[in-house]
Amino acid sequence: MESIRSAPGQTADEAAPAAVRFENVKYSYEEDEGSFAVNGVSLTIGQGEFVAVLGRNGSGKSTLAKLINALLRPTEGRVTVLGQDTADPKLAFEIRKNAGMVFQNPDNQTVASVVEDDVAFGPENIGVPREEIGERITAALQAVGMSDFRFATPSRLSGGQKQRIAIAGVLAIRPRIMILDESTAMLDPKGRREVMDVIQKLNKEQGMTVILITHFMEEALEADRAIVMHRGEVVMDGTPEEIFARAEELETYNLTLPRAAYICKCLQEAGMPVGNAFCAEALAEEICRSLQKG
Amino acid sequence: MQIVAKGLTYVYNPKSPFATQALKGVDLTIEEGEFFGIIGHTGSGKSTFVQHLNALVRLTGGQLRVGEYDLSEKKCKLLELRSKVGMVFQYPEYQLFAETVYKDVAFGLKNFRKGISEEEMQAAVREALAVVGLSYDEVAERSPFELSGGQRRRVAIAGVIVTKPEVLILDEPAAGLDPLGKKELMDLLHSIHGQWCKTIVIVSHDMDEIAENCTRAAVFSEGKVALCGTPQEIFAQGERLAAMGLDVPVTAKCAQILQRHGFSVRTDFTCTDFVQKVLALYRGEGGGAEDAQ
Repeated sequence: MESIRSAPGQTADEAAPAAVRFENVKYSYEEDEGSFAVNGVSLTIGQGEFVAVLGRNGSGKSTLAKLINALLRPTEGRVTVLGQDTADPKLAFEIRKNAGMVFQNPDNQTVASVVEDDVAFGPENIGVPREEIGERITAALQAVGMSDFRFATPSRLSGGQKQRIAIAGVLAIRPRIMILDESTAMLDPKGRREVMDVIQKLNKEQGMTVILITHFMEEALEADRAIVMHRGEVVMDGTPEEIFARAEELETYNLTLPRAAYICKCLQEAGMPVGNAFCAEALAEEICRSLQKG
Repeated sequence: MQIVAKGLTYVYNPKSPFATQALKGVDLTIEEGEFFGIIGHTGSGKSTFVQHLNALVRLTGGQLRVGEYDLSEKKCKLLELRSKVGMVFQYPEYQLFAETVYKDVAFGLKNFRKGISEEEMQAAVREALAVVGLSYDEVAERSPFELSGGQRRRVAIAGVIVTKPEVLILDEPAAGLDPLGKKELMDLLHSIHGQWCKTIVIVSHDMDEIAENCTRAAVFSEGKVALCGTPQEIFAQGERLAAMGLDVPVTAKCAQILQRHGFSVRTDFTCTDFVQKVLALYRGEGGGAEDAQ
């Protein structure tokens, strides 16, 4: 499925490379290349876009993510990040600086016993001068709302706070693309909200390209665009509203609707005239309108 | 087994600068046969409480009785208690360790029932795997690490229920699974409930999950039980929950807004019931709209 679009509000600029471009990409974990975890994906993600990636376990979402920052290299096809080819080992370092990745388990992503040292780990590794590291830590912690925890011990923080520190660690490298691979899965609702707020802010205020892999359909509603993966292929691509309006198709990929959208569909099927709604507030509004008329 | 807690208190790291009081007097009764939900944000004391139930955390203040076991007694038979109160931790698949599924599931049984014969053990493992929806012949001799995430979680649950516990406690059993995996897991818990394990207690952050599945629930806040009742009773108190930093199910959120517009939907907050009640209003059967005017 081919889809080329630019981010909202961005003027079409022929010279600006896409944040991420997949051209007929296949990837196999097996030596004999019998089965493909990613199977013929063509995809363009513009700079500044906020894209949610949905799909069942094993649908190829994480493989897709790892192909973006050159943790994996395509078996077939080509992946470019800001115009740079991930197959070129000489570019891997540059690509990983541009495309930062946050993983699922907050406890597996801490390397130091003080927050500030943890955030400094990335910039130290890419050889940022000492004076500048301090500034970067300050800016990164501020961006995730964790400035007061600069000298705290990561192990004593909540899950949401740990994930925000992990994001700060990535920010300190000053990437232009942030990939979150189920980074909210292990958090409680409060922690999840904290992380989503930080992502929104980075995307809206700093123009960061965000690729969010998630099992929470409600989170996908916050993105500009949603992609559904199934058996290694991109099978749906559109705005979250477009995707969730195609309930039957989603079901064939073993995905569910956000709960409010599901209730809305049940009401529609029973013959109540309510417009499509995807969150509780919109659903209540639709029900109200329908009841007042009726 | 009925669970009765009275004035339960607990302090982590007592007599040190890091001392924190996790439980500040918990009073709670869970009846035999319930599908009980425990809600509360991180740090509310809910995990500390459930770990008391099979004495993973030893009782230090207050009273706790689980069936015939009085945890405040020094002579309380802990091994027996633990075989009757099974505990499935968060992400239990991370605790699999043996080289085959069979050995992993049999491990608990071997420890709880010393001297059990090989035939008995095999029969028990076969049965436990069947209960969680896995075929003994297909998976028993495979490494648990070859299985998918959802299957691994089922193996981990089999390893706990193999001793036929009367009470099964699960901490966030559906966390991290995809939507279908979540649904399959909740279906599995309902099939275990009543037949295999009389009482099920789940800890969950997902209010929709609590509303859809539980007979009753308790809301923990700051080391105490702030609310206890049916999901219907609990989620009718949206404002109190919000004050504790907790959400309500989508159905409850929706009902709150409708209420403000003069439509009262008297629902138990499950999706099915909510849809029915709204449809009844629409067809003029509920009379809620007229009530309001």
